Amino acid sequence: MTAFGKLIRTTAFRLTLVYLFLFALFAASLLGYFAWNTRRLITEQITTTVNGEISEVTDIYTSRGLRGLVFTVESRALRPGANLYLVTTPTGQAIAGNVGSLMPGVMASTGWIETAYRRLDEQDTATHRALVNVTQLSGGFRLLIGRDLEERRRLFGIVAQAAQWSLLVVVVLGIGGGIFVARRVLRRIDAMTGTTQRIMAGDLSGRLPVGRSGDELDRLAENLNAMLERIEALMMGLKEVSDNIAHDLKTPLTRLRNRAEEALAKSGCEADYRVALERTIEESDGLIRTFNALLMIARAESGQARGNMDNFDAADVASGIHELYEPVAEDDGMTLRLKTAAAPLHGNRELISQALANLVENAIKYGQPAAGPQPGPVVSLDAKQILIEARRKDDIVLLSVTDRGPGIPEADRKHAVERFVRLDSSRTQPGSGLGLSLASAVATLHGGELRLGDARPGLVATLAIPSRTASIERISPQTQDVPQKVA
Amino acid sequence: MTATAPEMRLLIIEDDRESADYLVKAFREVGHVADLASDGEEGLAMAESGDYDVLVVDRMLPRRDGLSVIGALREKSNRTPVLILSALGQVDDRIKGLRAGGDDYLPKPYSFAELLARVEVLSRRNVGPAEETTYRVGDLELDRLSHRVARGKDELTLQPREFRLLEYLMKHAGQVVTRTMLLENVWDYHFDPQTNVIDVHISRLRSKIDKGFERPLLHTIRGAGYMIRDGIR
Repeated sequence: MTAFGKLIRTTAFRLTLVYLFLFALFAASLLGYFAWNTRRLITEQITTTVNGEISEVTDIYTSRGLRGLVFTVESRALRPGANLYLVTTPTGQAIAGNVGSLMPGVMASTGWIETAYRRLDEQDTATHRALVNVTQLSGGFRLLIGRDLEERRRLFGIVAQAAQWSLLVVVVLGIGGGIFVARRVLRRIDAMTGTTQRIMAGDLSGRLPVGRSGDELDRLAENLNAMLERIEALMMGLKEVSDNIAHDLKTPLTRLRNRAEEALAKSGCEADYRVALERTIEESDGLIRTFNALLMIARAESGQARGNMDNFDAADVASGIHELYEPVAEDDGMTLRLKTAAAPLHGNRELISQALANLVENAIKYGQPAAGPQPGPVVSLDAKQILIEARRKDDIVLLSVTDRGPGIPEADRKHAVERFVRLDSSRTQPGSGLGLSLASAVATLHGGELRLGDARPGLVATLAIPSRTASIERISPQTQDVPQKVA
Repeated sequence: MTATAPEMRLLIIEDDRESADYLVKAFREVGHVADLASDGEEGLAMAESGDYDVLVVDRMLPRRDGLSVIGALREKSNRTPVLILSALGQVDDRIKGLRAGGDDYLPKPYSFAELLARVEVLSRRNVGPAEETTYRVGDLELDRLSHRVARGKDELTLQPREFRLLEYLMKHAGQVVTRTMLLENVWDYHFDPQTNVIDVHISRLRSKIDKGFERPLLHTIRGAGYMIRDGIR
């Protein structure tokens, strides 16, 4: 498509053409109305003046006779101006006035008539037009008084010319403006298209140009940029997942393979094979767990797990998890405490339960109190206690797990949420290193966040989730998952 | 494994030849009869004509999707219990499978012990004491209405969750129940705890029902799960 073709196809240009037509129509009708009214006004003026003169002149004829009439008409005919006078005898001979010739038959009629005429004193042969009134006087004489229409014609000419010019100006300005606007829009759209093509070609860091006017295109660009931001984050997440899968799953896979190979190479007894096989199964179970956790995180982060959202009380989730983990904590020499207040929530109960379970598991694993004197606790907890708390603050539901362990140094907290990160202090403990990432992904899915704080001493990990987020409301119709019907 | 379960007739609808052969062999080894269908249409035809106790259906099948096979069976009022196997292990996929008419859902990869335990619990041969108000195993008695549990002449005090745990075990007395089955059915959680939460709950229950009695009733089945049964049976 040529550049011009592209230009005239733009919405802006087409709109301009429509407006151009409308404005031209408006200007034409305005001028037409003006012209018609002016013409009417001039005609009215002529008739009023002529009528006045007729009554004056007939009065004079009545009082002073033919002589007075001729005298008056002659003297008036000599005045400069566009007034026309003619008096004829019953036989049709002109005896006074300034009209040289008329269209035939004019003097035979009476009343108003528009006619071509020639003035008596004029040398040229050009005829003019006039509006005249012929009156029958007593004694068979006829009086014609009228006025040249040149003035009216000229005025009409001026209006017509004005109409032409204004139409020309409207058309030129309209098309020019249209091209200007269309090119402006087109340039910005082209810039956007260029960026999107770059992005489609693989450069996800590209962003649409956003002007400062805040107009509709800017807002569109802003929204598209926000979308690109999200897509890039998702892609980065995906890349991170695959990198991590490559790195952290290959290690145990290698171990697995080495063990199998070793068992094969050594011609051991059945018991040796059995041990090797059992360890193989154990290792593969661990791999499956890690894999599942990774998939779950990826799903939560991409928002796919938004199905199965319903309304429930976070306090129930907290007490359920408390009930599940209480014996385990006790076996590890810890006490699991529960403190709940009603905290209604809209979300995926299963995922939130799992996130909270991960936090509790972490607290049991890493929350053993550090040795040495400790500052006064902020939360009244004994050294070996873990507190699960559910409450609501404004519109945010808070599900927190507080322990009295060594905590996480502030600098490490952001880092701790990342996948596979196991802080140095916990390297020796078993675990996939995915617990906090999953909890964080679940919080993000619900429009909230995972907060790690200092319980002085200890760690307080809090799932802060809006009790009813807009994003969830928007997609809630999808949660009415219709069972699959089979034909 | 458990020779106590009566012989079952199973239909396995699975397109992966190797895992299907493995399943057929493994089921035969524990004394069940297993037939094999390798696509959805064949599976549907076999399920309709044969008298099977349990169907094991893969979700993704050639010619006819697993869920559609189940739907077609259910539409014809065939109520044979179905266990769905799927590589899609997520919560919403499980719910979709159960809504389509499946009775249980097991994500791949699974252990055979888990599959066997679930299939045995599903089987029509093992309707068991499901609707009875009192469960009895040996001298252990559980009254579902009054929530009373007694062993011999001793009245036992159980926490509500311990009661539900014991109730589930006794409902499936003589059958292996796995940790995941307990987590799903007693606690209604479908995630995989990293710690041995279920074992700890079981050991608490065991200390209440078996401690101080000569004959233990709650047994640990190595590599599979737990079973409650009268030792002599």
